[in-house]
Amino acid sequence: MRIELEKLRYGTELVKRGFAKMQKGGVIMDVTNAEQAIIAEEAGAVAVMALHKVPADIRASGGVARMADPKIIEEIMDAVTIPVMAKCRIGHVAEAKALEAIGVDMIDESEVLTPADTFFHIYKKNFTVPFVCGARSLGEAVRRIWEGAAMIRTKGEAGTGNVVEAVKHMRMMNHAIYLIRSTSEERLYSVAEKFASRYLELSRLVKEEMGIAVEKEIIYEGFTFEDIVEGIYDILLEIKRLGRLPVVNFAAGGIATPADAALMMQLGADGVFVGSGIFKSSNPQKFARAIVEAVQHFDEPEVVAEVSKELGEPMKGSEISKLTEFLQTRGT
Amino acid sequence: MRVAVVGVQGDVEEHVISTRKAMENLGISGEVIATRKAGIVSKSDAVIIPGGESTTISKLIFRDGIADEIIQLAECDRPIMGTCAGLIILSKFGDEQVEKTGTRLLRLLNIKVRRNAFGRQRESFQTKLQIKNIGEVDAVFIRAPIIEEVGSDVEVLAKFQEKIVAVQQGKILGLAFHPELTTTKVHEYFLSLF
Repeated sequence: MRIELEKLRYGTELVKRGFAKMQKGGVIMDVTNAEQAIIAEEAGAVAVMALHKVPADIRASGGVARMADPKIIEEIMDAVTIPVMAKCRIGHVAEAKALEAIGVDMIDESEVLTPADTFFHIYKKNFTVPFVCGARSLGEAVRRIWEGAAMIRTKGEAGTGNVVEAVKHMRMMNHAIYLIRSTSEERLYSVAEKFASRYLELSRLVKEEMGIAVEKEIIYEGFTFEDIVEGIYDILLEIKRLGRLPVVNFAAGGIATPADAALMMQLGADGVFVGSGIFKSSNPQKFARAIVEAVQHFDEPEVVAEVSKELGEPMKGSEISKLTEFLQTRGT
Repeated sequence: MRVAVVGVQGDVEEHVISTRKAMENLGISGEVIATRKAGIVSKSDAVIIPGGESTTISKLIFRDGIADEIIQLAECDRPIMGTCAGLIILSKFGDEQVEKTGTRLLRLLNIKVRRNAFGRQRESFQTKLQIKNIGEVDAVFIRAPIIEEVGSDVEVLAKFQEKIVAVQQGKILGLAFHPELTTTKVHEYFLSLF
C-alpha cells in the first residue's frame, strides 16, 4: 500500500468543528431509549442525545444526575444511523473518557447533570471526539471554545419548557459579538484578561489560605494565566473578524414548540436542541416532525402556523420565577 | 451564472462561500443562492447538495419538491455536485443503512454507496488526497461514506486506502469528503463543467 499513514490525522480541530457544522439547520433530540431514538430519526432529527432521564424528569426527581448507562447509550447507537451524543458531568473527565471509549459521536459537557468540578471544565483538546458545551454569555462561550469545544449551545433553562432563558442567552451572545466587532484590538486584550480571570479561582483560594504570592504559576492543564489570556485573545480576534463565533452555535434549554424553535432560528441559532419538549408532549411523533419543519422554514410564518395545528398538549412547562434550582448557573 | 446550494440542512454556508471564492478566482460573474424551498433550483445553472445528515436532507428535499427540480436539472445536463450526505443522496443505490432508514435517493449517479464506511465520529479524519483533474487537496472525512460500486459510465477521480471517494459521471460530481471546509479547487473544477 502507498498510503502515508502519518498524513492521516484524527480528532483535529477541523474534523471536530466540521462534524458540528454538518449538524447546522438541524434538530437534535433528547432520547432515553432506542424506541425514542428511532422516532427521532424518522422525524428527521440530525442527531440524538442519549440520556438517562430528560431534563424535566431530572428536575422533578432531584438527587445527583450522572452520565447515562453506557448499555442504554450503546442500544441507542445500534438502533439509529444518525450521530448519537451523550452527556457527561461538567469537569468529569472519567465519564467523558468512558463515553469516548464506547464511541459516542459528540459529548455534551452539560450543566443539566450535576457538576463534578466547581473550578474547571474538561480540557477538551485532549479528546478525539468533539464536545458541545452550554453558555449563557460570550465569556462562557469563549472559555469553552478555548478549552476545545467544537459547538456551543445556549444553556437556557433546561426542563422548564420555557424559552425565555434561551432567548436571553442568545441575545446576550449576539449583543456581545456586535460589541466585539467595533472594539479595538488593544481593548480586546483587556476583555480577554477579564474572560480568563475565571480560571484563577482555584489558585486565588489556595493562595489566600496559604497567605503566599507566586510569580509564575501553572493554573490549569499546563497553562499559566498569561497563556490562557493569549489563547482567549486569539479567539476574540477571530470573532471580530468573522462577526460570529468560530464554532457552530445552537439553541437549547426550554424549547417546547415549533414556534419556539423558529424563534431561536430567527435570533441566529445555527440549529436547535429539543430536550423534554418532544417526549413530554402528548404526541411525540407529531411534535418531532413539526419542530424539524419549523426549523427548516423558520422564516415562513405560514409553515410554522401549519405545522403547529392540532399538535396536542405541549409539555406543561414552568415559570422561571417559581424555580428553586437554576441549572444555568452551573459551570461558568 | 447562478449556482443554487440546497440549504435545508448541513454546511450550506461553507459551500456558498467556497463557490463565491471559486467564481472570483475564475473571473466568473454570477450569484450563489442557498435555498430551503422549491423554485430556485429550477432557475439555476448548477446545484450543490452539501454535507449534513442524509436522512434529514433527503426527507426535506423530497417533501418540498426540491428533489424533482434537481432531477430536471440533471436531465438538462447541468453540473451537479454532492459532498458526503450530498453524494449519498445523488446515488442510485444505497446500503442497508439507507434501506433501513427509508432514505430516498435521487438515483442520478450510477453508483452504490455505503454510509459511515470508516466508522463513527472518532474514526473521522483529515488527509492529503490526490484527485484526478483537480490535484492535491486537504480532504476532511466526517462519518464519511464510500463508493462501493461504480457503473461503466462513471469515472473514478480519487481513491483513499483503495476505497473510491470521488467520482464523476458526465457533469455530476460526487465526493465522500468535504472540500468546502478546506479548498476552492474542487468548486473551481465544478464551475468549469458548465
